Amino acid sequence: MPDATGLELLAQELGDAAIETVYFRERATVVIDPAHIREVLGKLRAKGFSFLASVHGVDYYPEEPRLGVHYELLDMSRVDRLTVKLRVPLEEPEVDSVTAEWPTADHQEREVYDMFGVVFRGHPDLRRILMPEDYEGHPQRRDFPVGGEPVLFTRDEGQWLESRE
Amino acid sequence: MSPPETTELSDYRRREQSITLSQLETPGQGEGDRTQELLTLNFGPHHPATHGVLRLLVTLQGEIVRDLKPIIGYVHTGIEKTAEEKAYWKVIPVVERMDYLSYYFNAMAYIGAVEALVEVEVPRRAQYLRVIHLELNRIASHLIWLGTGALDLGAVSIFLYCLREREKVLDLFEMSSGARMHTRYFQVGGVIEDIPTGFAAKLREFLKIMPERADEYGAILNSNEIVLQRLRGTGVVPVETLLGLGVTGPLLRAAGNPWDLRKAAPYSSYEDFDFKIPIGEVGDNYDRFACRLAEIYESVKILEQALDGLPEGPHMTGDRKIALPPRHELATSMEALIHHFKLVTEGFRVPPGEVYNPIESPRGELACFVRSDGSSKPARVHMRDPSFVNLQALAPMAKGSYIADMIAATAMLDPILGGIDR
Repeated sequence: MPDATGLELLAQELGDAAIETVYFRERATVVIDPAHIREVLGKLRAKGFSFLASVHGVDYYPEEPRLGVHYELLDMSRVDRLTVKLRVPLEEPEVDSVTAEWPTADHQEREVYDMFGVVFRGHPDLRRILMPEDYEGHPQRRDFPVGGEPVLFTRDEGQWLESRE
Repeated sequence: MSPPETTELSDYRRREQSITLSQLETPGQGEGDRTQELLTLNFGPHHPATHGVLRLLVTLQGEIVRDLKPIIGYVHTGIEKTAEEKAYWKVIPVVERMDYLSYYFNAMAYIGAVEALVEVEVPRRAQYLRVIHLELNRIASHLIWLGTGALDLGAVSIFLYCLREREKVLDLFEMSSGARMHTRYFQVGGVIEDIPTGFAAKLREFLKIMPERADEYGAILNSNEIVLQRLRGTGVVPVETLLGLGVTGPLLRAAGNPWDLRKAAPYSSYEDFDFKIPIGEVGDNYDRFACRLAEIYESVKILEQALDGLPEGPHMTGDRKIALPPRHELATSMEALIHHFKLVTEGFRVPPGEVYNPIESPRGELACFVRSDGSSKPARVHMRDPSFVNLQALAPMAKGSYIADMIAATAMLDPILGGIDR
């Protein structure tokens, strides 16, 4: 992990794109402006963080901007980790896709889209990945209720259609 | 057969009826060279070689795979959502059920994240006991991979041998925790119980036979011409592509990159042990097989050292705000009773914050992200499952190869669908 000073230096090099730095439990995080995600990850790759370990979503309900996307970067030669976080509002949950430079983000961005409804601009194949294709809603959001969903069997098909009307 | 006109059709039924079978019913009508024709085929979800309910949409030209798209989500159970509804300590048995062959690793990734958030010191004995169970679990997981993987290649008998040894590991798990799978043995702050009398002796017995048995597996498969022909030189992907796809674990090590979190960023006292990281040269399916087989020997080495150097002391942290008080204290101490009541009803509260905690599972970097909002339930639990990420490497492995090589690549990829779909 870069230490607290190293994190500040790194954030300075990112310029206006960096909004905030957090050093928590020996883990370094830089919060950035969602408009600059591709540029920031590109700069960090030049710094040695060349492995994107994970992309995952978070719902900060009831705070605004509500939806968060986290990118976990790893520098294998210096064994260093850095988290890049961004927040997008619920009304316009859009951020640029990074799949072109980081192929690993393909399935993971699809999962964030599926679970939180964050739209990744420029993703080659942005479809649901874990939930059924015709599913409505984004189940990992904090205000999405648990339970109460009918189980579909062919024999109940008529009944199910009635209940939908 | 067409259904009665009166009933309204669901989207699915309408799509089903829109498919025309006329081309299949009158073969020979297609124009052009039939050998150049592309055929799109569903491989799975219920196919024995997909190791679960994995559906591969493959585009074939003759017998050559031209394109491949994995379709997943058939065993999605919403574990990450369920975890948000439960107190921190009640999440442990839930996350264990994700990757059902490496349950100790799921628990360890999650518990590590929570321990970082509450900043609890784990006693040395508990760390060693964790290493013992993690490495036993790694052996058990690799044995299942070896057995089922070889089964896909047509080697049937080795499956039975592998399960024979795995049974011994599960017996050990049963001794220490009472359950063979999904043991809930790891707790925040340590392990639930110390190992019972006789565990060490039984483990030593296992450690004595395991390398011999692994020698036998190697002897069976390395002298099997069919297995060698199907593994050697198939599914080669350059290491740069693998890194770009986020692949970790034995798949990356087989391509020559010695990245192992146990060495690179040791957790749970892994820095105390002397072991090697097996790596491959070519990065083909054979190297993947050889790397995992060699890892079994290294795990045995770690286990021997952990058992010899097992420190004395408590197996659980003394912090009563996090750990349950010992049973005998409940009868005499009012304070213990209050702590017990608080922990069992509400659970412990965790300071707000976000932590991403990676560990080395049998399949690669398994990480757990936990966000706490200060209450006694996590606000978000996310598992970065290595199978989910590694599955993306199947397309570059299989494209341009025969279907049979795709089967071999899937077998050596070792995907666990419970972990992929979560």
